[in-house]
Amino acid sequence: MAVDLTVDLAGISLKNPVLSASGCFGSGKEISRFTDLHAMGAVVCKTVTLRPRAGIAPPRGAETPSGMLNAIGLQNPGVDVFRDTDLVWLAQQGVPAIPSAGGHSVDEYVAVVERLAGAPKVAVELNLSCPNLEERGYMFALDATRAAEVTRAVKAVADTPIFVKLSPDVTDLVAIARAVADAGADGITLINTTLGMSIDIATGRPKLSTGTGGLSGPAIRPIAVRCIFQVAHALPHVPILGAGGVASGRDAIEMIVAGATVVQVGTANFYDPRATQRIAAEIHTWCGQHGIDRIADMKGRVKLEG
Amino acid sequence: MTTAATIAQARVASVRTDGPYTILAFEAAEIAASAAPGQFVNVAQDAFGCLLRRPFSILDVDGDRVEIGFDTIGEGTRRIAASAPGDRLDVVGPLGTAYTMPAPGGSALLVGGGYGAAPLFFLARLLRAQGTTSHMILGAATKGRLFAPDRGANAADTLTITTDDGSTGLRGRVTDAMDGIEADAIYACGPMPMLAAVAARANGRRCEVAVEEFMACGVGVCWTCVVPTHDEGYRHHQRACTDGPVFDGSVIAWP
Repeated sequence: MAVDLTVDLAGISLKNPVLSASGCFGSGKEISRFTDLHAMGAVVCKTVTLRPRAGIAPPRGAETPSGMLNAIGLQNPGVDVFRDTDLVWLAQQGVPAIPSAGGHSVDEYVAVVERLAGAPKVAVELNLSCPNLEERGYMFALDATRAAEVTRAVKAVADTPIFVKLSPDVTDLVAIARAVADAGADGITLINTTLGMSIDIATGRPKLSTGTGGLSGPAIRPIAVRCIFQVAHALPHVPILGAGGVASGRDAIEMIVAGATVVQVGTANFYDPRATQRIAAEIHTWCGQHGIDRIADMKGRVKLEG
Repeated sequence: MTTAATIAQARVASVRTDGPYTILAFEAAEIAASAAPGQFVNVAQDAFGCLLRRPFSILDVDGDRVEIGFDTIGEGTRRIAASAPGDRLDVVGPLGTAYTMPAPGGSALLVGGGYGAAPLFFLARLLRAQGTTSHMILGAATKGRLFAPDRGANAADTLTITTDDGSTGLRGRVTDAMDGIEADAIYACGPMPMLAAVAARANGRRCEVAVEEFMACGVGVCWTCVVPTHDEGYRHHQRACTDGPVFDGSVIAWP
């Protein structure tokens, strides 16, 4: 049976709902040795900032139960180099690109998005889990007012849809989601990593040089599904990009049923470099086996009663 | 550098122990055909709740067989070591940079610490084939932790053993054995402090080191496995998996 995997994401037509998660796929070049980039909906690129950044000192990662911790510190060559090399390469491959913009001030986010103007891309994702240096390093994603402020400022200069990636480490996620939607966000990515920590008990030292870091992988998937569900119910007209421990077609469909339009695959790429391609194929197979003609019909199908 | 890496469902050909270490060979013709000394393979494992592959230096290749040698330090490596001939391993490789082969002839010094010495055996075989004399130094904390000393005696033209406690060979560190050995180039693999000490004694000779870092992806996308270098720009931190694991020793900003 032919299954229609195409989705409409805030007016962008994608061949299927499987995207990469920012920071877990580079810009696709290295991993394209193993996986067919044309078998996924779009590549969400690693976050870039206005200036090049060398990131933080190692150790930057640690394995944890069904997941991993990381703290990379936004190492990147800067938006200009990224635009002139990575985005050009992705355009040559004919793969839809969604750059991820980071910043440490509202002005920096705006400057990054301005420098992406005219470059080949279908949208821009805002990584709001960056420390706001104008507010003692408090993450933008933790505060509805600041998150909305960045969103509004970026929307004023953007030439594509803007997706805003939020953190689950908040008391009232729906309030922050509503604030960025009201500020003009064309979609919301749920979720970024959740803050965690692991300690080597023999030395007493944290396993990451920064002490704490972002927890990712299947360990956080139920948190992601919960966040998607809550925001989808409160804001049914706002497209959601689901992320957090997607490792199979089943996991992707679970997020879509919870209310996501598309999913992003992150940590799974690390242990299965073909994960995006495989997950798209698994979605196709599952839909075929269950008489689902269009994956888009699965969106928000969670049943709360009966 | 990107090489012709593939994902293989490799058949385990043999598993044996050598002291505390496991020597495992698997059949993967494409990996064997393109592998070079210093490169690694990333092996999936199925320990409960452990997602990540385990990276191993390539100990040697023979026909369509690839050999790895490792210590079983956690549940993931224990599971791989528990494989039996005929089992399948999901292997990505060969990955990363290789040692630069010197011009034929001349001499090379190969310095390895613990099981980190693994890639030096592959290198020694290719050096011998091109007429380069190889002098190998294998070091460990104690006799029982030496990696494959018998194999080293066969692979290299000379072998010097060092142990921290003097239980066999020279008492001391691998660097204590370096001064008396004449060689045109140095190749090292082992823990970072050892590599730093070896690089500090290069005295202007080419010194290539293969680093060991925690790795999440092994294919260049996660930027977890970085080492600090003298580069002042965003590439101050370079990836052990794709920019390395073999680096020119003068590139790394040693701690």
